[in-house]
Amino acid sequence: MCDTCGCNVTHGNEKLIRPGGKLARTESGKEAVTVLHSLLDENDHTAKHNRDHFDSHNVLAINLMSSPGAGKTALLEATIQALQADAHTDLSIAVIEGDLETENDAERIRKHGVEAIQIATGSACHLDAHMIHQALHNLDLGGLDIVFIENVGNLVCPASFDLGQHRNVTLLSVPEGDDKPAKYPVMFRSADLVLISKSDLLPVLDDFNPVNAKQYLHDIASDAPVFELSSKDNSGMQLWFDWLHTEIDKRKAHLAAHPVERGRHHHHHHHEHEHEHKHQQHHVHVGDKNR
Amino acid sequence: MTRCWKPASDMHELAICQALMNQVETIAMERNAVNVVSIVVGMGPLSGVEEQLLKHAYPVASAGTVAEGAKLVVESLPVRVKCSQCGSESDASPNKLVCKHCGDWRTTLISGDELMLMSVELETDPEHTKPASTEDKTGVTVH
Repeated sequence: MCDTCGCNVTHGNEKLIRPGGKLARTESGKEAVTVLHSLLDENDHTAKHNRDHFDSHNVLAINLMSSPGAGKTALLEATIQALQADAHTDLSIAVIEGDLETENDAERIRKHGVEAIQIATGSACHLDAHMIHQALHNLDLGGLDIVFIENVGNLVCPASFDLGQHRNVTLLSVPEGDDKPAKYPVMFRSADLVLISKSDLLPVLDDFNPVNAKQYLHDIASDAPVFELSSKDNSGMQLWFDWLHTEIDKRKAHLAAHPVERGRHHHHHHHEHEHEHKHQQHHVHVGDKNR
Repeated sequence: MTRCWKPASDMHELAICQALMNQVETIAMERNAVNVVSIVVGMGPLSGVEEQLLKHAYPVASAGTVAEGAKLVVESLPVRVKCSQCGSESDASPNKLVCKHCGDWRTTLISGDELMLMSVELETDPEHTKPASTEDKTGVTVH
């Protein structure tokens, strides 16, 4: 969504919201101002800035979303481990963790030798673009291939906030039930990829039918691919890794065709600070040991 | 619904309502308004924002701003889709976005995910009112 170009206005809603339409009516004697700005204008602005920053460093940013306990951190741990063990990949990863409280998840990631920035959101139930912006000031993107943003576990609020990611990945864990896309259409509509996690439980929890989950996704007009995987027994993980590699390649091809000048992403808003992203911790290049 | 029910600061509707107040305050300041009479927000069910929660957050977010006491009008916009297969447009519901005509699921949403500040009604101070223009650089239209 953006603010001034009018792309919020489609021919589907135009009649209602254009001046003179039902919603633009006003009493006489007072000044009525038609605005038509997205309420998330400011967030979306910062999100674009974040995306430009990722692009200027050739980094793919992935926003991981799910309900609490669906296995986002476990998936990241299994992903890091597998990519570290794979002699053919040379992917360098960092993680931004969002949680209400604690550094627990960041510490889990750091144990694997990967840099993790923890954002404690306090009482906020979602990450927003400003929080990611702040986190990026503590993360050197140089040499990285992927930044995973692990959002706050919540199927409602995070869906409304663009963070500047390139892709949304939503986890649907088997114990949650296959009808979650119908219950949380906003979240699942935003997903570019849906991962049915904890698939090792499918034989036990046989009321979860992946076919139904896919049908519910079609009902909300989602064409996102759906993979079943388990971070516990590592089944189905290869499709997920292949997807990541494809997305990195697609991103690089896109950036080659539409280059972003390094360090020249535009600042449309005020900064009180110099835009130096400090290198506070060294991230580990996952493939380093194989060089 | 499981949402963020801790103290008043955590619903995302409050964060969104505060963003709304910032926009309204900017417009009111630019136009030397002494008072905001009403604010019209348009939203669709697929915006991810609950109308009731937004209304609940509004008195908190507007307190102490130029919009304190202004009427908040929330207009619901319908969910409508356009079918990529048969080309027709139809009404839909938030978790059933399939084409009503041919039944295909490959549709595009044309209305229903908006979350917009539509208009603001202001009381201006006649002494300090700027000359009226039909359109200024912020893209705001006066009529």
